[in-house]
Amino acid sequence: MKRPKFDPKQAPGAVADWADQRLAGASPLRKLFNKVFPDHWSFMLGEIALYSFIILLLTGTFLAFFFTPSSAEVVYNGSYVPLRGISMSQAYASALNISFDVRGGLVLRQIHHWSALLFMAAIVVHMLRTFFTGAFRRPRELNWMVGFLLFWLGFLEGFAGYSLPDDALSGTGLRIADAIMLSIPVIGTWVSFAIFGGEFPGGDRIFSLLYIGHVFLIPGIILALIALHLALLVKQKHTQWPGPGRTEHNVVGHRMFPGFAAKGGGFFMIVFGVLALFGGLIQINPIWLFGPYKAAVVSSASQPDWYVMFLDGSTRLMPPWEIRIHLFNHGYTVPPIFWPTVVLPGILVGLGLLYPFLEQRFMRDRAHHNLLQRPRDVPTRTGLGAMAVTFFVVLTLSGGNDVIADKFDISLNAMTWAGRIGILILPPLAYYLAHRIALGLQQHDREVLAHGVETGIIKRLPNGAFVEVHQPLAAPDEHGHTELPYRGWVVPKKMNRIGAIGPAVKGFFVAVEKPEEPREVEAEEQREELTSGRR
Amino acid sequence: MSETETDKDAPEFDPDDPRLTRFDLVREGARRDGVEIVHYQPRFTKPGSKEEKRVVRFVALCFFIVGLAALAFIVAYVAWPWRYEPGSNLNKFYTPVLGTTLGLALLFIGIGIITWAKKLLPEEVSVERRHDGASPDVERKLTAATAVSMVDELGIQRRPLLKGAVALGLAPVGVAAIMPLGGLIKDHKSDLLTTAWKKGVRLMHDDGTLVRPEDVSAGGQITVFPAIPGGNTNKYADSPTLLIHLRDADAERALSNALPINKGAQWNNYLAYSKICTHAGCPASLYEQQTNRLLCPCHQSQFDITNNARPIFGPATRRLPQLPITVDSDGYFVATSDYKVPIGPGFWERP
Repeated sequence: MKRPKFDPKQAPGAVADWADQRLAGASPLRKLFNKVFPDHWSFMLGEIALYSFIILLLTGTFLAFFFTPSSAEVVYNGSYVPLRGISMSQAYASALNISFDVRGGLVLRQIHHWSALLFMAAIVVHMLRTFFTGAFRRPRELNWMVGFLLFWLGFLEGFAGYSLPDDALSGTGLRIADAIMLSIPVIGTWVSFAIFGGEFPGGDRIFSLLYIGHVFLIPGIILALIALHLALLVKQKHTQWPGPGRTEHNVVGHRMFPGFAAKGGGFFMIVFGVLALFGGLIQINPIWLFGPYKAAVVSSASQPDWYVMFLDGSTRLMPPWEIRIHLFNHGYTVPPIFWPTVVLPGILVGLGLLYPFLEQRFMRDRAHHNLLQRPRDVPTRTGLGAMAVTFFVVLTLSGGNDVIADKFDISLNAMTWAGRIGILILPPLAYYLAHRIALGLQQHDREVLAHGVETGIIKRLPNGAFVEVHQPLAAPDEHGHTELPYRGWVVPKKMNRIGAIGPAVKGFFVAVEKPEEPREVEAEEQREELTSGRR
Repeated sequence: MSETETDKDAPEFDPDDPRLTRFDLVREGARRDGVEIVHYQPRFTKPGSKEEKRVVRFVALCFFIVGLAALAFIVAYVAWPWRYEPGSNLNKFYTPVLGTTLGLALLFIGIGIITWAKKLLPEEVSVERRHDGASPDVERKLTAATAVSMVDELGIQRRPLLKGAVALGLAPVGVAAIMPLGGLIKDHKSDLLTTAWKKGVRLMHDDGTLVRPEDVSAGGQITVFPAIPGGNTNKYADSPTLLIHLRDADAERALSNALPINKGAQWNNYLAYSKICTHAGCPASLYEQQTNRLLCPCHQSQFDITNNARPIFGPATRRLPQLPITVDSDGYFVATSDYKVPIGPGFWERP
């Protein structure tokens, strides 16, 4: 038989043909290529979370090659001179080795830690975006719940990773975690002893659990939930902002390939690049300065990573209210730490998970929604969100109240009291302010639609009165009002937005180009033509 | 599914029609996927314009920088002195150099690709239809019938005995599946109630030497451990104790304030409290001489040393337990018993 000559130009086609004969992938693949993504800068926040998770997996795998999760005592004899001859756990010693005796270990450790902080930050900001724009509404309640669980799993994963090196700071964190477990009524001591394998710090048990949890169990669950999160997103398609041509029944934007995918891939590289710069240039968690964990050692200003600080803050603000119960001639205790560290997170998880359903109930809105809402258009939700953010910020600041007291020379006790009072009055205040601001912004949009854009031109009337001239957005009636409906979309507020003034001149010190001539106001139908998300 | 939909009303589409451009095929493919390409035009109306060349040069420059930075990373990784050495030296720059070169390489890949995508790829606006809501009614009916028939075939409704047997038989299997976790469970009867201290155990410094009264100056405090093998390790994480030497006036006040449970625990001007905070178990170790307050740096609980270590601020509820101490015939501090109450954070069974 004659062997056909290999033609490199035909190769891609031949491979495609080979695969399609077996998988019949032509039409599902094309459907994927043609998937349309709407464009808005805020949609990249979730991408940052996804990309930092990938970087966490990459760097974490490297760290796992060199880390020993064991509490067995060894005498350190590595390169870092100040700790030589000191006895410490193998976990801490191997974390020191990664930092000093593994080539490039420190930079990867620091990239790993920075990625973890960014992962949590991106999740939180992405969650706020989803909340304030109403993107969680039907049909996306399920995806909201998945995303919300991802936050708490990330929280657990981060805490486990923070605890693994067994330095003085992370050991103190574990000590507090033990106190939190002990505080659970009835089963607390059993939980603590099961996890630590005895009275704190127990033996090797805690490191086995933390290690398997941190490198296998929790990342596995997170990975599965991320896959579900994205699968739901593909199935239900993106939400989009209202705008010309955009309806509840379409998605307006770019096709996935090549434009959107290229932007996504490039953005991954930028996230990775920034994290690599951070990991190389900005020191984080210098465990060698803290020393090994010893039960009798702690430093002032002992703070957890930022996403745990709000629980540290709630613990600091909690008054010393211990509950004593007498039953069958025996006293029982519910320590005060139970409320801010077990009950509060429980409430936060429940409220967050169920929020879409609570809102459906109270707003009596069970319709399908694919168009986003601007925060100003749902003042109640915006107020609730502001309330939640304020609650979180007050607790987070209280988590560092000793540092604030020290740096700003304020009484520590005053800081605690400020937090206690603040946590009660600031969230309702934030609700009120955000609610009023949302209504005000909405009102201003409506004013512009009715009267037109402010021009800054003052006219004097024959009777001596001064009035400002408005540029109407449509032909006004005899009262000077236009009949444009409010659609929950951006309203032009400056002259240049409607083309009455040319765009700003480019150039910092000298103009690099001649200013454009002012354009005519576009006709109505032209403005209604489809535009991409860039506004 | 969408294919059949479009085929029905659209005229026959012939992909081999020579009049069709490739973009016509692209547009037809998108249409069959429910996507309408409503706006599509090259970024530059005149190919090879000055502006286009400028962008192309910039993208090329980006990838050139990537190559340089990546090469620099590889060279630095291999050749830069990297081992830790005390003092200021080049080795200190190993991590920053790696981070900078790797970061720049990755950043410029990103900047290059994104510039390419934003400035060179054609502009387009596509509109994709959504098919929201439930499956078509017919599909739902067919699936429901299939599901109900599955249950029906099993006949579990008609055979109540099986229903009961399955429930009773399988429920324990579910519980049995988590039984191996029972391996984690440990009995905890007394561990939380006792520490390594007991009558006759001497006090020692962290370095293992025994403690004499003259080791602590007036107004000072030190951390002491039970003088037993491993007494200063985390094996006895519940035993670290704070030995405080009060000034005369403070010592008298402490003595007169002493609660019945703490009577006789103080030796002259010296007293010892558990260092483990009764709130969350951090070592409460910031001692303010002038006010005789002890502060825990984790959650800011404060204890009044001259009044039975009573909590006076913060989330801690209970006093720090006092360790009864005396000085033995050799002149060393020694405990006269264990703590009278459990040390450390609270728990349910705490009496």
